[in-house]
Amino acid sequence: MTGKSRKKLNGFILNLTLLLICFVWTIPTIGLLLSSLRTRADIAASGWWYVFPHREWVSKDTIQLDKETIDLDKPIETQFGTFSDDQLSAGVEVNGQQLVWKNRRERTVDIKEKEWFFIPNLTLQNYQNVLSGKQYTYIQPDGSSRVEQGDDLSGALLNSLSVAIPSTVIPILIAAFAAYGFAWINFPGRRLMFTAVVALLVVPLQLALIPILRDYVSLNLNGTFLAVWLAHTGFGLPLATYLLYNYISTIPRDIFESAFIDGASHFTVFRTLVLPLSVPALASFAIFQFLWVWNDYLVALVFIGSKADVQVLTMRLADMVGSRGQDWHFLTAGAFVTMIIPLIVFFSLQRYFVRGMMAGSVKG
Amino acid sequence: MKKAPHLTDSKQSPLEWIVSNVGRVLISLFVPLVTFLVLWQGFIFLRESQAPKVVISMVAIVWGVGGAGLLYIVANWLVEKLPDQWQKRMVPFVFVGPAIAILTWFLFLPTLRTLYLSFFNNNSTQFVGLKNYIAIFTERSMFESYRNNLLWIIFGTAGSVSFGLIIAVLADRSSFENYAKSLIFLPMAISFVGAGVIWRFIYYYRPVGQVQTGLLNAIVTALGGQPQAWTTLLQPWNNFFLIFIMVWLQTGYAMVIFSSAIKGVPEEMLEAARVDGANEFEIFFKIIIPSIQGTIITVTTTIVIFALKIFDIVIVMTGGQYGTEVIATQFYRQFFSNRNFGYGSAIAILLLVAVIPMMIYNLKQFGEREAF
Repeated sequence: MTGKSRKKLNGFILNLTLLLICFVWTIPTIGLLLSSLRTRADIAASGWWYVFPHREWVSKDTIQLDKETIDLDKPIETQFGTFSDDQLSAGVEVNGQQLVWKNRRERTVDIKEKEWFFIPNLTLQNYQNVLSGKQYTYIQPDGSSRVEQGDDLSGALLNSLSVAIPSTVIPILIAAFAAYGFAWINFPGRRLMFTAVVALLVVPLQLALIPILRDYVSLNLNGTFLAVWLAHTGFGLPLATYLLYNYISTIPRDIFESAFIDGASHFTVFRTLVLPLSVPALASFAIFQFLWVWNDYLVALVFIGSKADVQVLTMRLADMVGSRGQDWHFLTAGAFVTMIIPLIVFFSLQRYFVRGMMAGSVKG
Repeated sequence: MKKAPHLTDSKQSPLEWIVSNVGRVLISLFVPLVTFLVLWQGFIFLRESQAPKVVISMVAIVWGVGGAGLLYIVANWLVEKLPDQWQKRMVPFVFVGPAIAILTWFLFLPTLRTLYLSFFNNNSTQFVGLKNYIAIFTERSMFESYRNNLLWIIFGTAGSVSFGLIIAVLADRSSFENYAKSLIFLPMAISFVGAGVIWRFIYYYRPVGQVQTGLLNAIVTALGGQPQAWTTLLQPWNNFFLIFIMVWLQTGYAMVIFSSAIKGVPEEMLEAARVDGANEFEIFFKIIIPSIQGTIITVTTTIVIFALKIFDIVIVMTGGQYGTEVIATQFYRQFFSNRNFGYGSAIAILLLVAVIPMMIYNLKQFGEREAF
């Protein structure tokens, strides 16, 4: 083999390997999305990969065997040959046709042929059901109907927004002020305080849960949005302050000098110069914090608890896992509802997103 | 330097001076008072109101975001009313004060309070000395958690770091680098609870003879194997099925960081090695890995800390049953289900002790910087 064609082959193998890894990495999410679009009956009857074109046995004919003479313990004679009971239970293939019991007691046998299915049977019904809190009636395969309570995920979606947006903006605002203060105002205790911020960067939030919960209970604050905002602000602040300090302290001093000479206050300089200049850093951190809060489960669980009308999406979804562990039509749609906003953020702001996640990962 | 207004009109009569100053003081008190009243009303509305969900959400967002901004504006307005010298003293507090206050309330004091609580009994009424600490180091269920956490730390980290490194190297030479990186990074956007549902569905088990709709069991049965209840049976191996979820989530992070580090390896070095006849594997192990060693250590540390605190995945997948308990779920169980605050606090302190090396490292790094 010449060097060039070997190189080409290596490149091909490399691309193929990477493609395979990407495929494995993406399959779980795709499976969830496709399942959430299938009907309740379909999900129970076959795996989600059946939405792709596939061949399936379809009943073409039914034959009636002699009820009186056939003994299930002995070989069973049919016009297609002689089979055992086990074979007919599992389905046996003869000349491209499949023979399988339709009703073992009645001694009827289905004759099936393989047929292609190209068009999947997809529906948005599951989403309607999980988003609204109404009741829904299903017709089950055996003809009976069953009433199910929809999950009020649209309410939880609004709660998630009400929790996540202030929990993102408030810490950023506070951290930006503090970062400016640490970087450009000289005051006693500055170094000590900032050292404390750095030390608090990795403190596990578990440490704060018990004392803060007690404070909230005595302040009658538990189960309110304010409680969750403050908690997320507290847990997000060290990182926000640290990152924004790193950014704001590198802004060249000359930019401010002339403003100060003109008599501008720190507040004016901060508002008109520092904030606009820090937009990239603010955006990166905002995305990290927003997703962190959106995807958070523990903080919401502790500080919102059982107050149903304030519960956020992750809590509702975790509850659904507990109470409807087998109802995949609900769970898959519900899980996708929780993922929609992070995915929109991911695809629309990917550059900032990656930067934010990289910067924020110290938090663990 | 700013000139305070009262210096310019010094020719006022004493009476005018008093009236204008009293007026200023009154306004200075009035504005913050109104601000607090407005914010308080907002809080009451949010807590009591039966308005439609959408309205409440909008009010909450506007109130929360606007309220924080308003407090700063009012504080600054107040400070600018002060005489120059006081203004200079107060400005740093307006800027840094709120952050320090919140950090003190939410992280610094709780750490001390948790430490204090850890020496008390379940409802914090009786001093018990080191009893809670002795308990967390002698009970069997805790040992199971330590073992599992160790598995998470070792295999979760090793998996994420090595997959991340391999993918970063492959992507660097592939013809669809950006698409590949996006797809691998995508799980970072998904919550652990959401990821839990995704993987529960993949590991879903139905008894032998039924159609397997979970992907893993479908593959296993198609290959002629027996379906398994992956996350509940097979202890302690079921932990690995949970750990893989973390690898799935964290590989993207490792990959992105490694990818930018690899791009920093000088091309001439790689070329020189190729000219000397090194193959790609030798280049990988003898040039790329040593050059990005620092990055590998950083990423590894970060993921180790992440694995140490793992909680959501376990809670959603198994609830800590079937021998999958970890330290953070033990904490949650003691704290919430058993209401044993002393024991829970001791576990939290244990987590803190485990991250102290990282804290010292951060402080050292910070101390070396000239900026301050």
